[in-house]
Amino acid sequence: MAVERFPVEGGHIMMFARAVGDPHPAFHGALTGTPAIAPPTFVWAADHYDPDSAVRPKPGEPWMGSGATPSGVPAGEGTGLGLHAEQRYEYHRPVREGDVLSAVDRPGRTWRKEGRRGGALTFTERITEYRDRHGEPVVTATMVMVTTSTAVAGG
Amino acid sequence: MTAVTAGATRELVLVRDLTRTRIVQYAGASGDFNPVHTDERFAVEAAGYPSVFAHGMLTMGMAGRVLTDWFGPESLLRYEARFRAQVFPGASLTARARVESVDGDGTAAVSLTVTDGRDVVVMTGNAVVRASADAK
Repeated sequence: MAVERFPVEGGHIMMFARAVGDPHPAFHGALTGTPAIAPPTFVWAADHYDPDSAVRPKPGEPWMGSGATPSGVPAGEGTGLGLHAEQRYEYHRPVREGDVLSAVDRPGRTWRKEGRRGGALTFTERITEYRDRHGEPVVTATMVMVTTSTAVAGG
Repeated sequence: MTAVTAGATRELVLVRDLTRTRIVQYAGASGDFNPVHTDERFAVEAAGYPSVFAHGMLTMGMAGRVLTDWFGPESLLRYEARFRAQVFPGASLTARARVESVDGDGTAAVSLTVTDGRDVVVMTGNAVVRASADAK
């Protein structure tokens, strides 16, 4: 993911807080005119600002989800994103409404493990640095994806 | 104000009978429209799952509430989750948090476990929080 500009908006924070079921007033400043604080996992929503996001349909481009057929792309493509095994956040400071963040990815470690039901599991880390408009670090995120030979394990 | 001490625990029901609409709501808010989470026909017929299933990040997002309710919305220094089992529509999730240690610098290490209605652990996690006077 490479995101040049992720404006942290009160309405977006409110919709995210609703989706995760969190009624804390600090996350619902849009309703009261108070600058909101972002819930802990809010930076996950930076995908909205990634022009190349693979998990968002784009006008005029084939999309893997169902339409006339179960998948909009030929079998074998598009279903191989893997499963999300782990997520870690390190907060350098809280994310707040009004922040304009950037996000830059770098690869982390890769390791293999034998699955409980046989077959190798491959774990791959991606590290994302979220910075504010002054270039100061705000959040460091580490995503661990796991790919398997069958679609059964993981979470 | 009572200080946070090692061994203190909190329990919070995160969701009862998770609906597909709720998963769609999270897809919209997060921008993660991977159809394995929202498109039953794709999930079953194209991807080979028994059903759509929730984003792991929805569970992590819901579970964050137990931390921010307890220590305050700006208290987190670190929050980590491991997704151990898929969460399907109909699941009821409960988070249990426990203070494992309190450091001299005012931070606390907290462990988290999220179980579904059948006591299957779907997520484990840990956090480091500023356990200041905000905790209640």
